[in-house]
Amino acid sequence: MKPLAVVFCLFVVGLLLFLVIKAGEAEAPQRAPAKLSTEQDIDESVSRVNQWLRQRWSDEGLEPAGLADDLTVYRRLSLALHGTVPSLEEITTFMADTSTDRIERWLLKMLADRRFPEYFSDRLARVLTGVEEGQFVIFRRDRLRDWLSDQLAADRPWNETATELIAGDGLWTSQGNANFITAAFVDKEGLDENKLAGRTVRAFLGQRIDCAQCHDHPFDSWKQQDFEGLAAFYGQARVTPGGVIDRLMEEKKPIEFEVIDPGEESGRVVPPRVPFHEEWITTEGSRRQQLASWVTHPENRRFDRAIANRIWGLMFGRSWYDPVDDLRHPEENPEDEDLLDVLGREFHAHGSRLHFLIRLIAQSDAFRLSSEVPLADEELYSRMSREWAVFPLVRLRPEQMIGSMFQAGSVNTIDQNSNLFVRFGRFTNESDFLKQYGDAADDELLQQSGTIPQALLRMNGKFTRGLTETGPFSAAGRIMRFSGDDESLVQNCFLACLTRHPRPEERAFFVAELQQAGTAEVKVRKEALDDGTGTLLTGADGTPADSTATTAAGEDNQQNGTSEPRSRAEVVRDLYWVLFNSPDFSWNR
Amino acid sequence: MFRPDTRTVRRRGALGMMAALGLSVSLPGMSARAAARRKEERPRSLITLWMNGGQSQLETWDPHPDTPSGGQVKSIPTSQPGLQISEFLPQMAEQMHKVTLIRSLTSLEGDHARGAAYVKTGYRLEPTLVYPALGAIAAHQLPDPKVEIPQHVALGADNFFPRGGYLGNEWDAFRVFDPGRSLTNLRAGVSDERLQQRVKGLDLVSRQFAKARPTADRDTQHAETVRRALKMMSSEQLKAFELDDEPSVVTRAYGDTRFGRGCLVARRLVEVGVRAIEVSLNGFDTHVNNHEGQKTQAEILDPAFSTLLTELQDRDLLDSTIVLCITEFGRTPRINPAKGRDHWPHWFSCVVAGGGFRSGLVVGETPADIGEDGSDRDKPKPKPADPITVPQLYATILQAMGISWDDEIITPIGRPMRFADAAPETRLLTEGRAAEVIS
Repeated sequence: MKPLAVVFCLFVVGLLLFLVIKAGEAEAPQRAPAKLSTEQDIDESVSRVNQWLRQRWSDEGLEPAGLADDLTVYRRLSLALHGTVPSLEEITTFMADTSTDRIERWLLKMLADRRFPEYFSDRLARVLTGVEEGQFVIFRRDRLRDWLSDQLAADRPWNETATELIAGDGLWTSQGNANFITAAFVDKEGLDENKLAGRTVRAFLGQRIDCAQCHDHPFDSWKQQDFEGLAAFYGQARVTPGGVIDRLMEEKKPIEFEVIDPGEESGRVVPPRVPFHEEWITTEGSRRQQLASWVTHPENRRFDRAIANRIWGLMFGRSWYDPVDDLRHPEENPEDEDLLDVLGREFHAHGSRLHFLIRLIAQSDAFRLSSEVPLADEELYSRMSREWAVFPLVRLRPEQMIGSMFQAGSVNTIDQNSNLFVRFGRFTNESDFLKQYGDAADDELLQQSGTIPQALLRMNGKFTRGLTETGPFSAAGRIMRFSGDDESLVQNCFLACLTRHPRPEERAFFVAELQQAGTAEVKVRKEALDDGTGTLLTGADGTPADSTATTAAGEDNQQNGTSEPRSRAEVVRDLYWVLFNSPDFSWNR
Repeated sequence: MFRPDTRTVRRRGALGMMAALGLSVSLPGMSARAAARRKEERPRSLITLWMNGGQSQLETWDPHPDTPSGGQVKSIPTSQPGLQISEFLPQMAEQMHKVTLIRSLTSLEGDHARGAAYVKTGYRLEPTLVYPALGAIAAHQLPDPKVEIPQHVALGADNFFPRGGYLGNEWDAFRVFDPGRSLTNLRAGVSDERLQQRVKGLDLVSRQFAKARPTADRDTQHAETVRRALKMMSSEQLKAFELDDEPSVVTRAYGDTRFGRGCLVARRLVEVGVRAIEVSLNGFDTHVNNHEGQKTQAEILDPAFSTLLTELQDRDLLDSTIVLCITEFGRTPRINPAKGRDHWPHWFSCVVAGGGFRSGLVVGETPADIGEDGSDRDKPKPKPADPITVPQLYATILQAMGISWDDEIITPIGRPMRFADAAPETRLLTEGRAAEVIS
């Protein structure tokens, strides 16, 4: 080989190495603070929320369930904030932390972890723009997500974030927030003001006025003219090659928002108008800035109530009021105030910061309750669940499902510090899985039942098949090799998949299966040694060799009806399969 | 090729597993093929042939040769006296006396996603409620407990597969991407015995889950879903998805294409009693080189559609099966500079056959020549004569299937909704069927 070629090859290899190392050293993993500082102490706010909840339970004559154990709460938090179960690596560290306030401290760690803004920004992006693809050239969902992610990481006040989304100018590639506007762009027709009006009210005020686009709201006090008046605030917004801007004039004529009524040839001018509290609008700035000032006005309780209901929904999987964006008008009488008012007020008083709201909900009694009760009364249990006197059972959303499967397939935490291949693998698997499992689309908090194709995918799909393998790098394989005894092997599988310890019955059952496999393997080995094929199957020292484990655990070399005993690796793989398919795995509990 | 080979769960094995799951097998056993019941007494089925991307009416069902909008296509006479269709559909030309042809179907949406949503559900896409596809309504309204495989099936890879919408995602179509070739996720990949051991472990863990959560089984339906999935894995009815026992002369007649195999599988599914099947054919979005593009796709559609109609009739299934060939919108009368046609929701064609729809009926007429004006977006569009809207068509199909189109259902957001947003056009139905509907 010519020296130049050698140098070139070395350069390419070096470059690749450099890239892999660079990609791997993203940032140091977050640690939980050793102690909570005074400003991190939110006990007073938490106690006000709890006071409301306890009063409610007492009024309803309900005795709330006992507290859930810390591991269960940790799983809930990890699912809500990172979209996966915690890794075995994290669980081990968590269990080694024995202080009484570990949940609070770990919650701060989780909020500081890069996985939080990355995961949560996707949730918010769906609220803001749905999952429609939009016009590719001028709608960049990734930029919107990155922008939201930065706001979440910096814990920017929610009212500022909302203002930038509604009123922001700029190019959709450099100003991610501008994509909230460009998502409503319709080819050849320009911006759809109605869509923007509907989205604004749903996302930021938690109410639905979309039907008032064509007629007055059937049950609520929204009028068609309210809808048109709100849409008119977007009437001067334009998407230009220079980005989103508001224009006063076009072709030397002032721009007005017009509505063409059915059967009419020409439109009528609709001035911008809000349905209530006109005094909240600032008179300065563009129409969109005026709208933003009204939406985020400190006295507009809808704004705080809406985000409180949304975050409650994302934490529990079920919003306080369902559907999440169909709230009634707030009560005027202070005696009638509900939990959203309490949460909203605390949120507002603490700078409208989402980290605070998340912590407030996570530390409330409702979030800490167990989903288990020592009673068999179905009707009572349903009532408790409705009133949040027991943690509600909520099915994992599709992205939480594959996120958890992927995490349970690895002992180490999959995050920004994982190597490039692992992260790429997770990304491609996730989109592939969502295609088959069905994505939750815009309305992620809509309670849906599981389907047979989903069960089939979990049972027989390639994801389960790949992630339950017992090879040297997989979780099942590493747990099998390094767990010491059978009891800890079973325990580690349960922790990795379900973030809980096995119950005595479960432990006994699976340990017995492993021991049976152990005996059977010795027997098979003995028979094999007798007929001279033993070395092919086992290590020389008589312990099961890795090669045996990996080949015997394969699924495709099985023949129907054979009654050969399962190998140890097969039992571990089957245990992993059981855990992936158990209700404990696919439900938040 | 898909075979229920040694790796597929055997029925006996599955029953054992279900017993292990602590579940009584309460569903009735398999009956003789539902196909034994022919003609009128059979509950109705619906096969939708979905022309994905926007089939051009001008190159298929509504040609206007030798006019400025007609393009290069020629028309040919059909078995229905006086009716001419495109030369690209010679086999269908011989079937036209059996069908209702609507040339004046109208839509409100000219975008693929919005158009597909509208034509699949009869309702415009809206942000606060997902409407169910026509097939989902049919499956939901006419359940058959003897059918162990899904009642709503989509064959082929359609971007906008039919959903259950507000009826719940359990009414989403069961998707088979490569019909007749492979079914995904139906093989356990391990021996029956090992699967039984897995299910035994799963049963133990599931019981622990439900132990201190009194309504867990009812709320999660987890065990029930697993039970039904296992039952499906072992069902003899899965054979309806296979084509191994079809004579090659039959498979050849449908055409050796994904769509052709899909149509043949659709016929087999109807025989088993599946309520609604969609077979999709992609490739109609001909913004460039429309003539050639539509021709290639019509050549795939022609043998499959005509053989399907012939076979259904030969097997006495056409009276109880509605076959609907439809697309999300039509294509512009004007031919663009790239020799393509763009989206045109103002009128387009669909064909409905069987299940009580009239034979040899042609509804609507479209302007032969609308010149340049027709594609000027600022000018009002001319209208077809005798227009039929998608909701009207769907109300008619629902009525023909014996489903009350105006039944109201309370949606998850508390809004009562009717299955169709217009009254049926009973003139599309045979006199007998129409009388039955009216009574």
